[in-house]
Amino acid sequence: MLSFTIRRLLTAIPTLLLISLVIFLLVDLAPGSPLSDVPLTVPPEVRQKMLEAMGADQPVMVRYLLWLKQFFWIEPLYGIDALFGTDFAQGAQRIISWQSKVPVFQIIGERLPQTLTVVGTAYLIGVLIALPIGIYSAYRQYSWFDQAGTFFAMAGFSVPTFFTGNLLILIFAVNLGWFPTIYDTNLEVVDWASFKEMLAQMALPVTVLALFNAAEISRYTRSSVLENLGQDYVRTARAKGMGEGRVVLKHVLRNSLIPVVTVVALGLPTVFGGAIVTEQIFKINGIGAALIGAINVSDLPTVQTVTFIFAVLIVLFNLIADILYGILDPRIRYD
Amino acid sequence: MTLGGLYMPDGAEPVLDVRGLKTVFKTRGGEVHAVNSVSFHLRPGELLGVVGESGSGKSVTMMSLIGLLPSPPAEVRAGEVLLGGRDLLKLSPRDLQAVRGAKVGFVFQDPMTSLNPVFTVGNQIMEPLIKHMGMTKPQAEQRAAELLALVGIPDAKKRLKSYPHQFSGGMRQRVMIAIALACDPDVLIADEPTTALDVTIQAQIIELVKDLRQKLGMAIVWITHDLGVIAGIADRVMVMYGGQVVEQAPVRELFTNPRHPYTRALLKTVPSLTGERAARLEVIQGQPPLLLGAPVACPFRARCAHAFDRCEAENPQRRAVDGLPVGQGHDVACHWTPEAAHG
Ligand SMILES: Nc1ncnc2c1ncn2[C@@H]1O[C@H](COP(=O)(O)OP(=O)(O)O)[C@@H](O)[C@H]1O
Ligand code: SF4
Ligand SMILES: [Mg+2]
Repeated sequence: MLSFTIRRLLTAIPTLLLISLVIFLLVDLAPGSPLSDVPLTVPPEVRQKMLEAMGADQPVMVRYLLWLKQFFWIEPLYGIDALFGTDFAQGAQRIISWQSKVPVFQIIGERLPQTLTVVGTAYLIGVLIALPIGIYSAYRQYSWFDQAGTFFAMAGFSVPTFFTGNLLILIFAVNLGWFPTIYDTNLEVVDWASFKEMLAQMALPVTVLALFNAAEISRYTRSSVLENLGQDYVRTARAKGMGEGRVVLKHVLRNSLIPVVTVVALGLPTVFGGAIVTEQIFKINGIGAALIGAINVSDLPTVQTVTFIFAVLIVLFNLIADILYGILDPRIRYD
Repeated sequence: MTLGGLYMPDGAEPVLDVRGLKTVFKTRGGEVHAVNSVSFHLRPGELLGVVGESGSGKSVTMMSLIGLLPSPPAEVRAGEVLLGGRDLLKLSPRDLQAVRGAKVGFVFQDPMTSLNPVFTVGNQIMEPLIKHMGMTKPQAEQRAAELLALVGIPDAKKRLKSYPHQFSGGMRQRVMIAIALACDPDVLIADEPTTALDVTIQAQIIELVKDLRQKLGMAIVWITHDLGVIAGIADRVMVMYGGQVVEQAPVRELFTNPRHPYTRALLKTVPSLTGERAARLEVIQGQPPLLLGAPVACPFRARCAHAFDRCEAENPQRRAVDGLPVGQGHDVACHWTPEAAHG
């Protein structure tokens, strides 16, 4: 398993390099100028100076190579320095946002926790409600519970989050006033009252995302459990005198989870994409909002870096899915 | 206890006594009467062979006994299944669980799919030991290793940690037998246990079961397509057709004096002792019957060379051939007799 993991990590490197190049070029081709915010009264020489100061006047390949060096070498050094108080980076040039002129990783460090709190909680809750619903729906196929589950899953899956999100805001925040409409990024949990405030502001976005995730994962779970319930080994377990609980929750579940775990692991990075929309609706100042803001002003270093981090996450969770697959299914041996 | 081929005379109380079992499947097309008033019994240590072409109701009969059929669509509608003085059909699901795997062991046809792929073989053998015998884990592990050795798997202790995919088909079937025998059951039901295996492995499994039967003394129901196998191991044979028992007799009697036209046709498809065993039951002309609706005529009539008016009008009941009560000696469910000249 270890050698498999190392091998997969090594093969991920060329993949990621290629992805980074494609992202870099695509973003670079997009129309828009980093100076679109600058008033037209600013004379062209000054504009040129500003471009040079950002490094935006350089050819794209030069900027790409510089960015590569910064992303894979300089930024990790800054990370180590920040952790251990060392000084490996020695003031080397970091990836700087054209818009705010601060290091992109500093922006990510500020924004990512907001996103992770909401997305992570939502995903966890989504999985936790999806599994029992999926299992029970399959076990009682065509029961009213299963029918209701099917209906809500179809609805949850086909109604976009921007619709459910706005609907919930309208009902619970605007009309009923139970929850705030705006997510306060600066809120820190220090005591019981602030904890309750945190829960209140997380409630709506987490509900929207959790329901969306639960809809998908419960369907996968259901069909996987259903498939396994018909297998011969289930009959064997019953013929041995095992109770229904053991038959379903041990024999069937362990087999059914193999594909579900893959879907859950692969789904996690795509949730960040979905979170971009949700963050806009609920005014959460997270990484998705940062990305949208950067796109609007052609802040290329920020867009490129954040997009590439999403790509890294996808590759990483692919690997995690493969490893979990191997742990759950003894028939799969990697070495 | 008897050896294969020898018929044990009547006397001992049956360990398993099935009377008038009826199982139907409720389908969109109507009710499928898969098992129709099937009665049979099993004496201690006896091996009852059950033969019949595919779809004749052999598996459904045996699964009905211990509540293994999914309901819906299956419904066990009538009958008694007496085991150790209790009617299994009247037991609560919980009590029935305590019988399954403890008093009745089951071996299925396909060893490749009958074991759970994600648990070790040891884990799967230990489960019934822990549940039914109340063993601790170390005790169960000890016993599981003994069982694996008993069914002829070398290096048993180490093999407990292996997964099913690390065994060949024949070895997996040995594991299934170990599971079925784990709690020392009174009855072992083997549903075509060698059909999915190739010929040499088949012979090995048959030898194993013969051997285990001598050592452990359980009664066995052996379901098969293959009359050749039956001749070698069974004490008594029950022939099934269209969800019914059409003939039942001690093994020698059945082979020398078959009475039912279906049995006769079957025996013709079995080559004599020369050994080639190419012919399967499907060789008999015609289609198996559809079992929709309660039977009102002989299920074999469409394929029967002797069929006459009465066969259309009345489903034949089992009647004694040799004067012994039905089920005890030789009986047949057919209107026709070789003596009478019906045509
Ligand atoms: N799930 C089911 N639904 C409807 N009919 C079934 C079902 N399972 C079995 N049957 C019917 O029961 C009959 C007997 O099947 P089975 O006992 O498996 O035959 P075999 O003698 O080959 O073991 C078949 O002809 C089939 O029509
Ligand atoms: S009852 Fe009639 S149709 Fe049925 S087997 Fe006997 S002779 Fe043939
Ligand atoms: Mg069968």
